[in-house]
Amino acid sequence: MRIELERRASASSLFALVSPILALVLTLLAGAIMFLMLGKDPGHALYSFFIEPLLEVWSLHELAIKAAPLILIAVGLSVCYRSNNWNIGAEGQFTMGAICGSMLPILVPQWQSPLVLPLMLVMGAIGGALFAGIPALLKTRFNTNEILVSLMLVYIAQLFLDWLVRGPWRDPKGFNFPQSVSFSADAVLPELLESGRAHWAIVFALVAAVAVWFMMRYMLKGFQVTVLGSSERAGRFAGFSSRRMVWFSLMLSGACAGLAGISEVSGSIGHLQPSISPGYGFTAIIVAFLGRLNPLGIIASGFVLALTYLGGEAAQLSIGVSDKVTRVFQGLLLFFVLSCDTLILYRIRLIFSDGRASAEARSPHA
Amino acid sequence: MKKLIIALAATAAALGSFTSGVQAQEKTKVCFVYVGTKTDGGWTQAHDIGRQELQKAFADKIETPYLESVPEGPDAERAIERMARSGCALIYTTSFGFMDATVKVAAKFPKVKFEHATGYKASENLATYNSRFYEGRYILGQIAAKMSKKGVAGYIASFPIPEVVMGINAFELGAKSVNPEFKLKVVWANTWFDPGKEADAAKALIDQGVDILTQHTDTTAPMQVAAERGIYAFGQASDMIAAGPKTQLTAIVDTWGAYYIKRTKALLDGTWKSEQVFDGLKDGILTMAPYTNMPDDVKAMAEETEAKIKSGELHPFTGPIKKQDGTEWLKAGVKADDGALLGMNFYVEGVDDKLPK
Repeated sequence: MRIELERRASASSLFALVSPILALVLTLLAGAIMFLMLGKDPGHALYSFFIEPLLEVWSLHELAIKAAPLILIAVGLSVCYRSNNWNIGAEGQFTMGAICGSMLPILVPQWQSPLVLPLMLVMGAIGGALFAGIPALLKTRFNTNEILVSLMLVYIAQLFLDWLVRGPWRDPKGFNFPQSVSFSADAVLPELLESGRAHWAIVFALVAAVAVWFMMRYMLKGFQVTVLGSSERAGRFAGFSSRRMVWFSLMLSGACAGLAGISEVSGSIGHLQPSISPGYGFTAIIVAFLGRLNPLGIIASGFVLALTYLGGEAAQLSIGVSDKVTRVFQGLLLFFVLSCDTLILYRIRLIFSDGRASAEARSPHA
Repeated sequence: MKKLIIALAATAAALGSFTSGVQAQEKTKVCFVYVGTKTDGGWTQAHDIGRQELQKAFADKIETPYLESVPEGPDAERAIERMARSGCALIYTTSFGFMDATVKVAAKFPKVKFEHATGYKASENLATYNSRFYEGRYILGQIAAKMSKKGVAGYIASFPIPEVVMGINAFELGAKSVNPEFKLKVVWANTWFDPGKEADAAKALIDQGVDILTQHTDTTAPMQVAAERGIYAFGQASDMIAAGPKTQLTAIVDTWGAYYIKRTKALLDGTWKSEQVFDGLKDGILTMAPYTNMPDDVKAMAEETEAKIKSGELHPFTGPIKKQDGTEWLKAGVKADDGALLGMNFYVEGVDDKLPK
């Protein structure tokens, strides 16, 4: 017996619906087996992973904090990927946005005004967009590969931040620890509600998701993105410029990442430090694909991924599994989601060898 | 298939009994937040050994949950808050970088007790505890000066905070008490925990011609590099002899267990108070691993110095001491006070590096 993947004539709409559910069920099963083998109660483990973080208000706030940058970055990336431009450097644009936005509270801390925060956010978005403009420029001018350029720029941004907070921007009263002065109250993104730490970043993320969804669905720009992404030639015949699309998509995703960066620094951290992101820019790529490059899907996938982080912590505390186990579990989830998506484009065929073939196999002179 | 059925059944059973999973706990919870993994062979492992000793000492009275690999920053604040909310009565945050997060959460949960390692911010329910690592480093310096043929040692440092600068100076002072010409090269790895970076720093130092290594980072990577290159090195935080049986001369071993037991007893007795503890070799919060791979006279010298520090006869920071630029810091016979140590922001003479400013 053999198993074969056979390409479907057209994408299966049934499996487009069923595949996420199937993936979730398979993840729960595989997770339960893993926890059983570790000698833990799988029910309790899955409960602390998926349910416990959702039961308390403060924890929901934390979920929003964790999901906000993922969603915001992934929404920008989805436009990029739909248009067939592969921006892998959102982590760098995130960092540059954070740096540009932080210029105000760090360089002119004495200027206190309600204008500071909006300006910071705008500068953050511009910083991210300009930094994403570098691969756009190189691609349109010299036909360089934007995947490599944007990825390499991540390290440049991170090392630039590292240099800043160890050198010119270091807090003179900070016991030599590499971090900037703390932002003044005017420069801190306010919390949404009294009940927890969640701040405005999650609102930005949701607004951006809905706006991009609207653009992709109802506006000419969105149509251009789709057409140029699926067939550049067809786009050219329609009079769309693929060159301008490179600029548009990269700078839009850069702006989203930059806004996420300054929001994270201003709302969650409160100063600049050498490491401001646990890899949001890279995780957002997964979020974008989990959400099938659909902004509304990305909202859901962003929350799911954030939940696995929080759940991992809860599981460590309540059942005492190591943090490695929680990483494996996250990996399982992604593996099943992505592999179940294969079923949308392919069908599985079991091929049983027929009687004649086996008879031939048995005969000595075959 | 059988496993699948078991798992299915288990999942079904569990779905029906969510509430049974979260039973009320009778035992007092003493919780730990780690910056690395508990098997890092260094800093975090030393804390985890302390935690295990604590658990053993109060086996039926307490539980000791912990969180590993918690990044310093916003994630730390959430992790600590989760502990406070999950019913921990006393929470140990075991990295300098958890300071601000601990301060914030401690302010939110006045009934929970917090203890932060190596920090300087305290409050009513937030104590700090630290160890006089510099006492051990002074001994390392003396051994290095005896064992090095070239008279140059390499120091893998983490962040230029006073704690680390103090350690570098203590090492150099110890070395100079044996060989006044002794030089010390420093590489800033800018991390507490990163085996790759630490190994690179070790290689860079060896390539610059040092023939003895010491470190203020958390993993055994530098020890392994030293072993490969055939030079001596000192262990840090845990006894790293397994990583370099022919390489390690000795190690400064953090022995937090006794401290954790003492403080938890105070918690259980209701006598816990916020304190700022700064203990050393004589208190047992710090011990020297066996002196190995060295001639008997060097070992005798190290043991004598250790005894003198314990008895209080010797304080590593006793004048005359000059700063790196040659100006006088301490006059002959003057001992540095703890305030000066904990805010130390300059090198002493003989350190061959520019302090990052």
